Amino acid sequence: MTNRTGTPLVEMRDISISFGGIKAVDHVSIDLYPGEVVGLLGHNGAGKSTLIKILAGAYRADHGEILINGDPVEINNPRDARNLNIETIYQTLALADNLDAASNLFLGREIKKRGIVDDARMEAEARKIIGRLNPNFRKFNVPVSSLSGGQRQSVAIARAVYFNAKILIMDEPTAALGPHETQMVAELIQELKAQGLGIFLIEHDIHNVMKLCDRASVMKNGQLVGTVNVNDVTDDDILGMIIMGKPPAKAA
Amino acid sequence: MSDQGHPAQAAPPRRSLIDTLEIDVRLLGMLMAFAAVAVVFTIWTGGTFVGPRNVFNIAVQTVPVGIMACGMVFVIVARHIDLSVGSMLAMSSAVMAMSQTTWLPTMFGTEYGNPAILAATIVLGLAFGTLMGAITGWFVGYQRIPSFIVTLGGLFVWRNVNWFTTNGQSVSLTDPNLLMFGGTEGVLGATASWALGLVASALAVWAIIASRRNKQGHGFAVKPVLAETVLAGLIVGTILLFVGWLSRYPVPVAKLKRLFEARGEVMPEGYTAMHGLPISVLILIAVAVAMTVVARKTTFGRYIFAMGGNPDAAELAGINTRALTVKIFALMGFLCALAALVAQARLQSHGNDIGMLEELRVIAAAVIGGTALAGGVGTIYGAILGALIMQSLQSGMAMVGVDTPFQNIVVGLVLIIAVWVDILYRKRLGLSK
Repeated sequence: MTNRTGTPLVEMRDISISFGGIKAVDHVSIDLYPGEVVGLLGHNGAGKSTLIKILAGAYRADHGEILINGDPVEINNPRDARNLNIETIYQTLALADNLDAASNLFLGREIKKRGIVDDARMEAEARKIIGRLNPNFRKFNVPVSSLSGGQRQSVAIARAVYFNAKILIMDEPTAALGPHETQMVAELIQELKAQGLGIFLIEHDIHNVMKLCDRASVMKNGQLVGTVNVNDVTDDDILGMIIMGKPPAKAA
Repeated sequence: MSDQGHPAQAAPPRRSLIDTLEIDVRLLGMLMAFAAVAVVFTIWTGGTFVGPRNVFNIAVQTVPVGIMACGMVFVIVARHIDLSVGSMLAMSSAVMAMSQTTWLPTMFGTEYGNPAILAATIVLGLAFGTLMGAITGWFVGYQRIPSFIVTLGGLFVWRNVNWFTTNGQSVSLTDPNLLMFGGTEGVLGATASWALGLVASALAVWAIIASRRNKQGHGFAVKPVLAETVLAGLIVGTILLFVGWLSRYPVPVAKLKRLFEARGEVMPEGYTAMHGLPISVLILIAVAVAMTVVARKTTFGRYIFAMGGNPDAAELAGINTRALTVKIFALMGFLCALAALVAQARLQSHGNDIGMLEELRVIAAAVIGGTALAGGVGTIYGAILGALIMQSLQSGMAMVGVDTPFQNIVVGLVLIIAVWVDILYRKRLGLSK
């Protein structure tokens, strides 16, 4: 069981953001401790992805503050987030389809030798890390557009874990995967958790939530319904929160 | 079969020759198209088409479009377009024409033809071109105005600011130092050309070996030695053939006499000299090599391709795509100014209509060379080859007496057919886009 007595790794306090008058996220506060997996749940359009994109630097919040290890931080763009060791696996994977796996893995953080990019070294590193995640991965010299969904996912995951992430955001990481690959992602999450990373996991499959997450924060219409300890509730309780938008009797 | 006892999986899948050599099929197609054009016109003109003189002319005429096409590849790969390159060329040319003949000589009280003035003029022209491009890039990158609109506006604006800069007059340019950039007036001669050709060949072979060693150092599979040798042989052969061919193009006797008289000497009886490589072609080659290195080996190039492949992914990877857009267009403007230098030196004047409709040839060269308008795909060598194919077509048609309107009709059709063939080829390979 995760120790939640110290300073949280991430604290998002009272975050709001609107797009053209519509409140996509409405005064939401969530937190995350080292070695913990917090599930973010809710219908499509509940505001989960938007909230998480604020942490990843893709959007800027209109209101609220973000604390990392107790210190307030400014995250104005994805570079700031990366510098704070926040890595994100987007639902769309955010891969440049015309580039190969290594180029995508190191995009924005290329290994250079005397000012020029060292493709051979990057490919060697990519082979190491992707080989560990997905031993069947062979296609290193082709654009990622010609890879399968699972292989593309491997590239996106490798990119997130290669650079010593402390905080990992996973937006539906198993949506495009078959059962075998889903199992591999589940094992990876357990391993990263054991290494002390904090993980925000956006997930629709309630069974995966019960299996992988320590806590679950449920959102509806941009607002936080509540955060619960997964061990203290049943999957029906969580479904109730998602559908009805009301917290169960014993919230965490 | 089975009675021979071979296990079914033992035989590796047969690889075709093209796979073994890892040849770019698209490049091969373009080379074949180029060869077809050359063969047809060679037969049609009874051999004059591939004569040293005509090869020299085609090379020199390709330079301005070729230089700009290199920049256009980056612009199109980044999912933009630049319709203003012809006007930017004219504007840069106007600035350089006025500054070398009027502005700087008046300011410093020097005669026209002072080398320092020319040097300052070139710096000024290149800086101005870069500035024009950067302005375009700022509107596109930071203000999010579609590049089609910004550069269509730029086409009108710069073409006519050009008109005001010179008051609509042509400026005659006679400085021999300037004319060196134009082609026939600036050549290396046979000996220096051969030396340069040999150095370039050695560099090419060294680059192939270095790349192979680097791959082997990381334990990757490399091409068979035979494939690398064939590739190196083709490259070295092309370089030396080109250099050797241009070194067979003699300078006319009357011109040599003039050159000797200018130095106060008398030309010895039976003296001959060959043209060799023109400086303008060297500029194009230098630009092409530099741009290829930028595209493949720098983060700047990598980010351009990433942005073209998926702008959102590039942004999320922490790439400052707005600043990148400014840089791409600034580079395009710089190359327009460089092309303007070569164009005005070749024409020995700045005219109002310099670079007119050049934007369409530049875009056509990039597209014929395999640059996809959807973005993310394109090569520098393809664009140069595209420019070369168009110039060869026009030159060949002019030689056999095809009327100008019909020449343009053919070039237009070739553009459409090139893209059509490319689409069919991609469909067969099952590639989208």
